[in-house]
Amino acid sequence: MVDVLRHDLLIIGGGAAGLRAATAAAQLHPRLNIAIVSKVYPMRSHTVSAEGGAGGVIKSNDSLDEHIQDTISGSDWLADQDAVELFVREAPAELLQLEHWGCPWSREPDGSVAVRPFGGMQKERTWFAADKTGFHLLHTLFQTSLQFSSIRRYDEWFATRLVVENGRCQGVVAIELRTGQIRLISAGAVILATGGAGRIFPFTTNGAICTGDGMALAYRAGVPLKDMEFVQYHPTGLPGTGILITEAARGEGGILVNKDGYRYLQDYGLGPPDPWPRLRAMELGPRDKLSQCFVYEMQKGRTIQGPYGDIVYLDVRHLGEKKINEKIPFVRELARKYVGIDPVHEPIPVRPVVHYMMGGVHTDAQGATPLPGLYAAGEAACVSINGANRLGSNSLSECLVFGARAGRAAAAFAREHPAADLAALEAQSRDEERRITTTVLRAEGTERVSTLRQEMQLAMESGCGIFRDEASLQETCNRLARARGRFMRLWLDDRSRVYNTELVAALELDFMLDAAEAVAYSALARTESRGSHQRTDHPQRDDARFLKHTLAYRTGGAPRVDYLDVAITRWPPAQRVYGG
Amino acid sequence: MRAYSRPTEFNWWLTNRTYFFFVVRELTSVLIAAYMVFLLVLLRRLAAGPEAYAAYLRFLGSPGMLLFHLAALAAALYHSITWFRLAPMAITLRVRGRRVPGATVVAANYAAWLVVSLVVAWIVLRS
Amino acid sequence: MMAEQTVAERTITLEVFRYRPEQESEPTFQTYEIPYREDWVVLDALNYIKDSVDGSLTYRWSCRMGVCGSCGMMVNGVPKLTCSTFLKDYYPHPIRIEPLANFPVARDLAIVLDDFMAKLVHVRPWIIRRQEEPLEAGEYRQTPEELDRYKHFSMCINCMLCYAACPIYGLEPEFVGPAAIALAQRYNLDSRDQGGRERMGILSTHEGIWACTLVGECTTVCPAEVDPAGAIQQAKLASALGWLRRVLVPWGNK
Repeated sequence: MVDVLRHDLLIIGGGAAGLRAATAAAQLHPRLNIAIVSKVYPMRSHTVSAEGGAGGVIKSNDSLDEHIQDTISGSDWLADQDAVELFVREAPAELLQLEHWGCPWSREPDGSVAVRPFGGMQKERTWFAADKTGFHLLHTLFQTSLQFSSIRRYDEWFATRLVVENGRCQGVVAIELRTGQIRLISAGAVILATGGAGRIFPFTTNGAICTGDGMALAYRAGVPLKDMEFVQYHPTGLPGTGILITEAARGEGGILVNKDGYRYLQDYGLGPPDPWPRLRAMELGPRDKLSQCFVYEMQKGRTIQGPYGDIVYLDVRHLGEKKINEKIPFVRELARKYVGIDPVHEPIPVRPVVHYMMGGVHTDAQGATPLPGLYAAGEAACVSINGANRLGSNSLSECLVFGARAGRAAAAFAREHPAADLAALEAQSRDEERRITTTVLRAEGTERVSTLRQEMQLAMESGCGIFRDEASLQETCNRLARARGRFMRLWLDDRSRVYNTELVAALELDFMLDAAEAVAYSALARTESRGSHQRTDHPQRDDARFLKHTLAYRTGGAPRVDYLDVAITRWPPAQRVYGG
Repeated sequence: MRAYSRPTEFNWWLTNRTYFFFVVRELTSVLIAAYMVFLLVLLRRLAAGPEAYAAYLRFLGSPGMLLFHLAALAAALYHSITWFRLAPMAITLRVRGRRVPGATVVAANYAAWLVVSLVVAWIVLRS
Repeated sequence: MMAEQTVAERTITLEVFRYRPEQESEPTFQTYEIPYREDWVVLDALNYIKDSVDGSLTYRWSCRMGVCGSCGMMVNGVPKLTCSTFLKDYYPHPIRIEPLANFPVARDLAIVLDDFMAKLVHVRPWIIRRQEEPLEAGEYRQTPEELDRYKHFSMCINCMLCYAACPIYGLEPEFVGPAAIALAQRYNLDSRDQGGRERMGILSTHEGIWACTLVGECTTVCPAEVDPAGAIQQAKLASALGWLRRVLVPWGNK
């Protein structure tokens, strides 16, 4: 009989949200026994890839109200305004906390923190560390977390199931990758901080690990996934790889041009083009609109055909070598390495790319899900402050604000609810082990993980892209159901226990199919266009019917879709106006 | 879990140019140490009287010893030059907020070397 | 589609280190001949093998843009991030892929990182202050020049290429090593930090900076331009000067 691994607070995921939750809980309750379970070493988490910056009001020319307005307008009024308000209020302190922990924020000559403009903002308020903000933020948080001896880490452990007993979440079952052992880790409360699910699409900025694990874990435990139909396309990804070229390139003055060298955004209500740069206009419009404009241009035949689909050009040449090296050196490095062009001398080919899931595990502003003892934060969660389209640079701040809130709330819950029902939990753990060995590692099968994954990704791209309609969404739902059926005939080449990455890939695919289904069915049910969800068969926003959050519940078959009112406080729904 | 540890091969320093030059640089210290031994013996002979000293000088003039001294000189030069080339890594100087370029640091090292050599030459040669 | 490919699809040969602890006690090399694409990196080739040929091939990867630090391997004997090492730089010759040198191998191309993770904690890579200022007082002021002093040392992605390149680490596994020392030095040079002396006590030891004999290969292989060799030499200089100051001015250094 192996020892039971017991903790007060268990955090799944070691990215920005998970690490912030852990440090917040550890600071508040030094004697709390905290553990982080992460399928990768924390410094590999996808936070590391965030480039442009983190939003928070710090400068005297800015105001909390403006940040709130920008966020709500960006969200196409689908964000909960009470949550946005407290997010905006708490973001600056969180960013300052990171500063005190050593984050190398870029500075003004007087030594104060510098900010840069981002899309959809009335004021410059994006804190940045050159253009590797996520990287610095993650490493600062991780290194800071190392000083807390109360935080135990399970690096390279993959959580496969939440254990729920007596109506509350009491831990997880996880695979220790290096041994292949399947173990129960029990806790008084669990926080899901597992990030997004961009890998359900074929063309994404997301790293290989963004497979919606936490979303699926919660979904399977009966917790609804909220607003999953809202998938953000970032307007500037490198063709082929999908590597992100940060919005900061445009914030610093970069422009988007079509095959004629024309700044096409002026044709879609974002102009006039000059003077430039100008806040909330042209290339500094919101991401959903810019990605949609690309499709319009493509339909007009004004994009450029490349080997990896159509592209437009992001031109930063006029910034000059010095500014490029100083403000966006990573952009230069990535363009040179991956598309073989130097942005100092040539424009960068770009196309819209899946970047971020606005939706996620349904939580309140404390990060609490409807399942007692289960919390979620970061991209895995949906509070919602992002609504139908996230404002650029809000996601890192969101990880910090709601990571900390979830950490504190879950810690309080854990102190009142020590894990108890160990025998029952052990039984669930044995069930889970049986499921994995008999269904995923089954003795015969024909389907490869990669084949099914590709089928799922292509189905998502064809039906759940920038523009959607009923027929293509229905087709996607059908294809996903077939892929789910084929998953039952899976075959793994790898039969060993030690470090079985193919088994992990299969379990991730299993999770992704859940997330993909939630996206497709939620999109099918929302017969309006709002933010990143554009229905060509329902092109108008419909506040009367759809000023509501979607809640998708897992069932045996198609998800059950329900709705929840959006919290509107001081900012009644209005038209989104940019440009001018 | 049974991790596999790969032993370091005895010829590791032949697998890569940098390693080779590094090991050669480390080995130069053997020649330089030997040179120091001969120098110390020289001092002892000097203290023992003019005859002992003259005999030792004759020994030092033998072809084998000349060859050794040439080799020691080459080793010292090799060591100094490769070491100076690495100097910018250790020394980061800032003048008015800007980092002094590596080439300048290297040049300054050579200049210092030259000055010291001139001083030594002056002391030795003035009599 | 198929007709076009009959124009002799070009291929490239990968010789991949395999070690499956449950099946074998010694590693072997397995040869794969796979399609050659001009714009593929070594990681794309490995993914092709895993997806289409042999699902049991084991390695780590995630961001595929050179910042998560997962995919370091020996490519023809040189430590590289495989996500930014292009096949075209080797074609038409075969490419030999091995796990990073100087680390135990968990399986195939995945190394065991425990040693580094312990050393990272050991050097105390976080801001140490005698007194923490309240957040309400705002940010610690730090000029761009002050930032510039340590910024490049903060770029370390923990990819372990420097440890794989360091013969000292290979011969003396107790050596704290390039990345951990560079990160310690990153905090030593940060104007907000006051833990320099505490960290110097850890670094200025035989397993610390004094184990380094300046091969310099860590800096050469670093994909993030961190210059760990520089960090170590600077720490040596600072340590030596600190010692001199204590010896010469014993009363001035309380």
